[in-house]
Amino acid sequence: MALDAKIPQGEMSEKWNYYKGHVKLVNPANKRKLEVIVVGTGLAGASAAASLGEMGYKVKAFCFQDSPRRAHSIAAQGGINAAKNYQNDGDSVFRLFYDTVKGGDYRAREGNVYRLAEVSASIIDQCVAQGVPFAREYGGLLSNRSFGGTQVQRTFYAAGQTGQQLLLGAYSALERQVALGTVKMYSRHEMLDVVMIDGKARGIIARDLVTGELERHFGHAVLLCTGGYGNVFYLSTNAMGSNVTAAWKAHKKGAYFGNPCFTQIHPTCIPVSGDHQSKLTLMSESLRNDGRIWVPKKKDDNRKAVDIPEEERDYYLERRYPAFGNLVPRDVASRAAKERCDEGYGVGTTKMAVYLDFKDAIIRYGKTEAGKTGNENADSATILELGKKVVAEKYGNLFEMYEKITGENPYETPMRIYPAVHYTMGGLWVDYELQTTIPGLYSLGEANFSDHGANRLGASALMQGLADGYFVIPYTLGNYLADEIRTASIPTNHPAFEQAEKEVSDRINRLMNIKGSQSVESMHKRLGKIMWDKCGMARNEQGLKTAIEEIKQLKEEFWRDVKIPGDINEFNPELDKAGRVADFIELGLLMCMDALNKNESCGGHFREESQTEDGEAKRDDENFSYVAAWEMKGDNAWELHKEPLSFEIVKPSQRSYK
Amino acid sequence: MEHYNMNLTLKVWRQKNGKSNGSFESYQVKDISSEMSFLELFDVLNEQLIRDGKDPIAFDHDCREGICGACSMYINGQAHGPWQKNTTCQLHMRAFKDGDTIVVEPWRSKAFPVIKDLVVDRTAFDRIIQAGGYISVNTGNAQDANALPIDKKDADAAFDAAACIGCGACVATCKNGSAMLFVSAKISQLSMLPQGQPERETRALNMVAQMDKEGFGNCTNTYACEAECPKGISVANIARMNREFLRAGMNSED
Ligand SMILES: Cc1cc2nc3c(=O)[nH]c(=O)nc-3n(C[C@H](O)[C@H](O)[C@H](O)COP(=O)(O)OP(=O)(O)OC[C@H]3O[C@@H](n4cnc5c(N)ncnc54)[C@H](O)[C@@H]3O)c2cc1C
Ligand code: SF4
Ligand code: FES
Repeated sequence: MALDAKIPQGEMSEKWNYYKGHVKLVNPANKRKLEVIVVGTGLAGASAAASLGEMGYKVKAFCFQDSPRRAHSIAAQGGINAAKNYQNDGDSVFRLFYDTVKGGDYRAREGNVYRLAEVSASIIDQCVAQGVPFAREYGGLLSNRSFGGTQVQRTFYAAGQTGQQLLLGAYSALERQVALGTVKMYSRHEMLDVVMIDGKARGIIARDLVTGELERHFGHAVLLCTGGYGNVFYLSTNAMGSNVTAAWKAHKKGAYFGNPCFTQIHPTCIPVSGDHQSKLTLMSESLRNDGRIWVPKKKDDNRKAVDIPEEERDYYLERRYPAFGNLVPRDVASRAAKERCDEGYGVGTTKMAVYLDFKDAIIRYGKTEAGKTGNENADSATILELGKKVVAEKYGNLFEMYEKITGENPYETPMRIYPAVHYTMGGLWVDYELQTTIPGLYSLGEANFSDHGANRLGASALMQGLADGYFVIPYTLGNYLADEIRTASIPTNHPAFEQAEKEVSDRINRLMNIKGSQSVESMHKRLGKIMWDKCGMARNEQGLKTAIEEIKQLKEEFWRDVKIPGDINEFNPELDKAGRVADFIELGLLMCMDALNKNESCGGHFREESQTEDGEAKRDDENFSYVAAWEMKGDNAWELHKEPLSFEIVKPSQRSYK
Repeated sequence: MEHYNMNLTLKVWRQKNGKSNGSFESYQVKDISSEMSFLELFDVLNEQLIRDGKDPIAFDHDCREGICGACSMYINGQAHGPWQKNTTCQLHMRAFKDGDTIVVEPWRSKAFPVIKDLVVDRTAFDRIIQAGGYISVNTGNAQDANALPIDKKDADAAFDAAACIGCGACVATCKNGSAMLFVSAKISQLSMLPQGQPERETRALNMVAQMDKEGFGNCTNTYACEAECPKGISVANIARMNREFLRAGMNSED
C-alpha cells in the first residue's frame, strides 16, 4: 500500500484553510446517529471527546484509571507553547513552525507542523475560557517564559503544574458532556482490541478492570488517544500505567507504526537510587535556565560537591557548546552527560549522575535583589538569603519534590541528575487527517507519530495533544463520517465482534495458564535493561542485533514462564500488567529493528556509526529523509514502507550549537 | 543523607472485593532501603507474595510523583502517612526506622466503597464535578485570551484552589467523612475568576446537592482535612463555599 499523507494543496500557510473550506460536513440531525469511540482521556482524548460531544456525536470514552482526571498528562510540568506573540518578541506562526521542524531534526511533515503552529493560539484562548489559571503578570495579562532554549517567550504555564491545569480544564469539559448525556464515560476499562468489519474500524473489545468482564462496543469510528510508550524501557518519567497496548492492538490489525525507535531522553531527571527503583522523576527543563551542569575534572572524585573547588570542576556543556551552553537541546545535553559518566567522571554513589548547580544563580539573583534596595555592599549571607528567595519563587515546587525524593536540600548542595526516557516521538502512522492506515481508526496525541520528527521541543506535547483534540479531529473526523450516515449501528452480536472477543479471551486464558515462575515485573525489568543498554541514548549495529536476539528469547521465555497470580474475573492488576508487558516485548523488537535500519544519527536517535569527528550526531538526508512506517507481517516479522519527506520551506541543515 | 536498611512489620488491610469482609494481615519485610518510596516498599512486598504463591496487595497508583491523586493509603492513622503536604507515593522510607510496625488501611468512607484491599471507588468525585465543576464554553467559542485581564491576586488564588488532586484524603481523614474541602476548592477556583461568574450560583447549589446525594458527611470545622491535604488546600475555601451557597440560595428565591 502506498502511503498517502493527504496533505492539502496550496501554499503552506493556506493548506489548513483550504482543507476546512472543502471538507465534507455532517448535519446536526445525522451527528446524533453517529457513534464515536474515544480510547484514552488524557489531554488528547478528553479534549476530543468533549468537543465531539458538544458537536452532537454520540461518544463513548474509555480510560484505565479510576478517573479521566488522572491521565498521565496530569504530570506535565513546564508549559505549553503557542504562537501568540504576546511578548512582542518576534514570534509568529511561521517561527513556531520553523522551530518545530528544525528542532525535530527534519523528520516531521511540514504540512502537519504548520497546522499545529496555526491552531496553537486558539488552544490558549479555549483553556482560559474554561478557567485554566495560567500564570499572570501584575497587569492581569498572561505571563510567558522561554523554554528549552528558544529565542522567544512563547511558553504559557501554571507554576510547575501546567499539565495538571490543562487536563483539569479538558476533564471538566468532558464531565460537562457526561452530565449532558452526549458522552458516556467508562473508567477502569482497558481497550484490548479493535473490531474490524469490511476493512473498517467498527468498535473495540474492552475489559472492565474491576470485574474482569469483556465488553463489546460499536462505533462508526474509533479514536486512539492512548499516550506514549516510554515504559518499554521499564524506567521512565511516564506514569506507571502508561503503555502501548491500544496502539499495538491496532498495529496488529493492520495500522502501520511510524518511526518506533524515536525516543526522547530527557537530560534532567533524578537518578536511579537502587534496584528497587520503579520510576524516574523529571526535574523540569526550565531549571537549565538557571542551573549550571558540571562534573569533577578528576575521575572517581569522591569528595562532596561543595568541597570541590571551582577550578577542579568541568562545566562540560559550556566547554563543548559555548554558544548555547547549558541550554543545548535535550538530546545533546543527554548524550553529553552519558559521555562524562561513561568516562568515569560521574558523581554520587552510583557514579551515574552529574551536578546541576544553582549556587551561581542564587548569588546573581541575591546581588540583584540587594541592589534593588540600594544595598551595594550586602554581605554574602544576605546575598544568599535573598537569592534563595528568588530561586524558590521560580522553582520552589521542584526543589521540594527533589528533597522529598533524595533527602538532600538543593539550595545548599547541587542536584544530582541523569538522563531518563521521557517521551516517544514514534507512534501510529497517521495522515494529515490523523487517520491511521485503517479506515475509521484515528490516533491523537502522543500515541501518533506525527509532529515532532526525531526530537520534540519542550512544551510542544501539550500543544499537540490539545490541537489534535480540540481543533483538528472535529474537522477531519466529519470528512469520514459524512460518508457513514447511512451505516446503521452494527449490533455487537455480529460475528466480527464475537471473533475479536474470543481472541482476546483466548489470550487472557493463555496468559493465566502459563503458571510459570517469573513475575511480570521481573521480566519487564529485563526488557527495560536490554532496551536501555542497546536501544537507548546511543545505538550501534552490533548492539541492536544482539538486542533483537535477546528480546526474541525473552518473548519465548515470557510465554513459557511468566507467573500471574489471582483470577481472570476479578480486580487483578498483575494480569493487566502482564498483557501490557507482552505487548511491550513485541514493540521492543520493532524499535530495535527500526533503529537498526536507520543508519544515521538524527534527533533522539544516535547511531554511533554516524557521528562527526568530535562526536556530534550526523544526519544522512540522502538516504533517510523519510518516515519509516512498519507493517506487521506475522510473528516477529514486519515490512518497511517509506513515506518520503520533502521540505519546501525549512531547508535541512546540520544543527550546530557550538 | 545517610542511607540505611531496615526490617519492618506491615499490617495491611486485605479485602477480596466489595462484598466480602476484610481483615488485617501481617507481613515481615527485610532489608528495606531508606531510599525507597513507600510504594516501592509495596512493590517489594508484592514480589515476595507472588513468589510465595499468595495474592499481591492491590493499591491505586499511577504518576508516583504526587500529582495524579491515585495513591491513597491510610498509614499509621494518617491519610498519606506521617509527612505533611505529601502524597503516599512521595513518602520515602527514611520516615521509618528499623523494627517499626506500619499499619496500612484504605480510605474509609461510606461514599468511597472498597473495590479490593487498598483500592476504593472515588467516582463520587467525578459525579460532583459533573454537577457543575466547569465553565460552559464549547470548543471554538473563546475570545482572545488576553481580552480578559485577571488580577494576578485572583489568578494566583484560583490556582491555589485548582491545585487539588482529587485524592480524597480530606474525606478519609474527616471523622464525618465530609467532602467539603474538595468541593469547595473547585467552587472557589471558578467563583474567583471572571469566566466563572455566569454559572456561579447554579454551580454552588448543584455541586453541594450532588455532594449530599453521594452520602458524604457534614462539616463540623475540625480542620483535619486541611492538615492532611497533600496540596495544602485551605479551609478558607470552605468558608467561601458556604458564602457562595447562601448567596445562591437567597437569589434563587426570587
Ligand atoms: C513528567 C513529564 C513532564 C512533561 N512535561 C511536559 C511539558 O511541560 N510540556 C509538554 O508539552 N509536554 C510535557 N510532557 C509530555 C506530555 O505530558 C505528554 O506527551 C502528553 O500529556 C500526552 O498526552 P496524551 O493525551 O497523548 O496521553 P496521556 O495523557 O498519556 O493519556 C493516555 C490516556 O489513554 C488511556 N489509555 C491508554 N491505554 C489504554 C487502553 N488500552 N484502554 C483504555 N484507555 C487507555 C489512559 O487511561 C489515558 O487516559 C511531559 C511528560 C512527562 C512524563
Ligand atoms: S482537597 Fe486536598 S485532600 Fe482533598 S481531594 Fe483535594 S488534594 Fe486531596
Ligand atoms: S501516584 Fe499519583 S499522586 Fe501518588
